[in-house]
Amino acid sequence: MMEYEYNITGGDFSKAGFASSNLKKALKQLNIPSKLIKRIVIALYEAEMNIVAHAYEGVIKVEITPEKIYINVKDKGPGIEDIQQAMEDGYSTASEEVREMGFGAGMGLSNIKNNADDFEIVSTVNEGTELKIVTKIS
Amino acid sequence: MKISEIAELINGEILTGNAENGHLTKAFSSDLMSDVLTLETENTILITGLANLQAIRTAEMSDIDCIIFARNKKVMEDMVNLAKENNMVIIRTPCSVFKTSGKLYNAGIEPIF
Repeated sequence: MMEYEYNITGGDFSKAGFASSNLKKALKQLNIPSKLIKRIVIALYEAEMNIVAHAYEGVIKVEITPEKIYINVKDKGPGIEDIQQAMEDGYSTASEEVREMGFGAGMGLSNIKNNADDFEIVSTVNEGTELKIVTKIS
Repeated sequence: MKISEIAELINGEILTGNAENGHLTKAFSSDLMSDVLTLETENTILITGLANLQAIRTAEMSDIDCIIFARNKKVMEDMVNLAKENNMVIIRTPCSVFKTSGKLYNAGIEPIF
């Protein structure tokens, strides 16, 4: 089993995507099919952007086993009041700054779900949000 | 279509990448990176007027290896460096997104949908 851990700082757009990029390179070295790698890193990149755009800080933990890749994304931040609403395409609380960067269209969470085999989200208002993203390798 | 042929069509300047490379068959025009992240295609060109580091990151995650920045947008050094690191091609053109798309469409580049 291989493990990776990344600390993400909220608001630091210059480094946003670094964790996803790093994991993509690691997955390529493991000879995982490129279509599968794409699904994994798209989900992670969306989650990483969410931390940068909405939270104060966050930790991404990745576990790679021969069968599955487990990604845990946990942030300290405002949390999500209504998860069902946040999962709907088009609903977003993103700032103008985030929207100018080409994000914040309210599509991220559903895109994470679409790219995962298993997806769980738990959130507490004023504390933070935790995502579990599981992808089957075989 | 080759990178050099695409660049010539739109009066584009190749800022990084090999001009002789590329079997590019499809393109997608968008300033919204969230939409780009939902695409499932390969060998795709991204045509955009959004020139920032996240456009390059989005292309990296989406396996897009050619980006055309329209409207003569300023492409910063960190963007070129990140593209280089990922063996991507960046073309900058004075054409608008509409004109760039039209020229490429006429030359046989297909839309994704």
